[in-house]
Amino acid sequence: MAKMIATREAYGRALASLGDANPNVVALDADLSASTKTVEFAKRHPERFIQMGIAEQDMIGTAAGLAASGKIAFASTFAVFASGRAFDQVRNAVCYSRLNVKICATHAGLTVGEDGASHQSVEDMALMRAIPNMTVIVPSDAVQTAWAVNAAAALDGPVYMRLGRAPVPAIYEEGRKFAIGKAETLRAGEDVAIVACGIMVSRAMAAAEALAEEGVSARVLDMPTIKPLDRDAVLCAAAETGAIVTAEEHSIIGGLGGAVCEAVCESCPAPVVRVGVRDQFGKSGKPDEVLAAYGLTVADIVSAGRRAVSMKNA
Amino acid sequence: MGRAVLKTPEELAARARDIRKHVIKMVGAASSGHPGGSLSAADIVTVLYFNEMNIRPEDPGWPRRDRFVLSKGHAAPVLYAALAEAGYFPVDDLLTLRRIDSHLQGHPSMRSTPGVEMSTGSLGQGLSAACGMAIAAKLDGASRRVYVMLGDGELEEGQIWEAVMTAAHRKLDNLTAFVDSNRLQIDGTVAEVKSMGRIGEKFAAFGWHVIEIDGHDIPAIMAALAEARRTQGQPTVVVAHTVKGKGVSFMENRVEWHGTAPKPDQVQAALAELDAPLKGGDA
Repeated sequence: MAKMIATREAYGRALASLGDANPNVVALDADLSASTKTVEFAKRHPERFIQMGIAEQDMIGTAAGLAASGKIAFASTFAVFASGRAFDQVRNAVCYSRLNVKICATHAGLTVGEDGASHQSVEDMALMRAIPNMTVIVPSDAVQTAWAVNAAAALDGPVYMRLGRAPVPAIYEEGRKFAIGKAETLRAGEDVAIVACGIMVSRAMAAAEALAEEGVSARVLDMPTIKPLDRDAVLCAAAETGAIVTAEEHSIIGGLGGAVCEAVCESCPAPVVRVGVRDQFGKSGKPDEVLAAYGLTVADIVSAGRRAVSMKNA
Repeated sequence: MGRAVLKTPEELAARARDIRKHVIKMVGAASSGHPGGSLSAADIVTVLYFNEMNIRPEDPGWPRRDRFVLSKGHAAPVLYAALAEAGYFPVDDLLTLRRIDSHLQGHPSMRSTPGVEMSTGSLGQGLSAACGMAIAAKLDGASRRVYVMLGDGELEEGQIWEAVMTAAHRKLDNLTAFVDSNRLQIDGTVAEVKSMGRIGEKFAAFGWHVIEIDGHDIPAIMAALAEARRTQGQPTVVVAHTVKGKGVSFMENRVEWHGTAPKPDQVQAALAELDAPLKGGDA
């Protein structure tokens, strides 16, 4: 298996390369460029790197002005600040104006680890998904992140991309096709479908393996686009397996689990068990410790799978 | 070119009066909207659109155009009146303000209305967008200029001061901000609600070039804009001392006209007063 790479690392490289290819790309950061990895772009394209200081609201507004003047503006900070601190700027200046601003937010979710709840965004997908005109992308590995960066640049309109701090295993190999709004079926299965995004995709694969040993055939869907959701893939999974588990490093309210429930309830009712943060703030600890404390482990997905199957058969 | 550039202060004053009449008529027709802060900004907006800015109303997306951002978005009526008079869309559209089928939203929407450069209405955001436009012009090596209109009450928003730092740090001498200092906001005078102190000194402390004028003195507005164009290496703010409701005596300096529409008889009284100094304007 290829070595572990954080999606923020892959973002930094992809953005710098995108800057080579497209002189219209600019990057903004709010004093976190070494962490968000926009520093790679800054080194290669210093004239097109705009350091905004610790001023996230101004950064998003400035990005909107650059985009209104024809630039493709990539703006980065931690997810908790991009989605929360600057929410009104994202809503009004970027999304209402339907501008080419790509908010690439790193350090998302609990795996920020030691920094604790103030820095652990568990609600950013819900916030960003609720805004009209916004596309929400959550890559699951380094290769997919690079595809997503290029797809986001090619898309005409606002994008929120959720990236992680911690290294994650490779899921994809180069050369596959990626499209915004399309799920990837990583494993076939008949009894239950596990729909996952971000760091939970590799855990979903391990859970499917464990379930197979118990005689449960689990399908695994990687859902890199939370909005627009690939409803066809979700409804097909609901119809064919009759039970769904969602897995995300986010609150069970309003993120992937919420989006899947909305689609399933409306169009193909089936039991859905959500693995995610249960309406709580995070806390400090090593990333794996925090994930375990909040029920986001392989074992949690396995037990959710069993429960979903039993609900189907009840 | 669709827009005739007006050269003399007299021509500009006459156009400003026409724009004030539009504001009264459109807010009256909508029975909703913000007349006070539209009237206080009318002379500055008129000089920008009919003397200062390099624009092509017949080609709103012309890349070399100067940009104007109305950060105090509730003054949308004065912007719409100027855009219509400049030829971006028919003057008749103005009377559709705030209607369900109108392109004239209650606050400016760049995706609805030709000539609107940034969607605004949530206060405090326009200066950041204007900075982005000014940075883009510098990146492009282009001579286009960016103008932004702020309210004095709006300066209470923290994002304004973030953007004030950005503009000074990046030496955005292609950016000119106006503060429409009409001294009133919804809950009272700015001094009562959250006193601003000396606005010009605040901007100067952040590294801006500061000009203070009477915001209804058209030659002074023109001179300030010329000075801003000459200013190198720093952004310029024009602190414009204005009268909320200017031109309609029963609205002047009265906070209740911030967001209240005149009734039909009040519309007639206001139009009669605006027409009094000299005949003219459109019907």
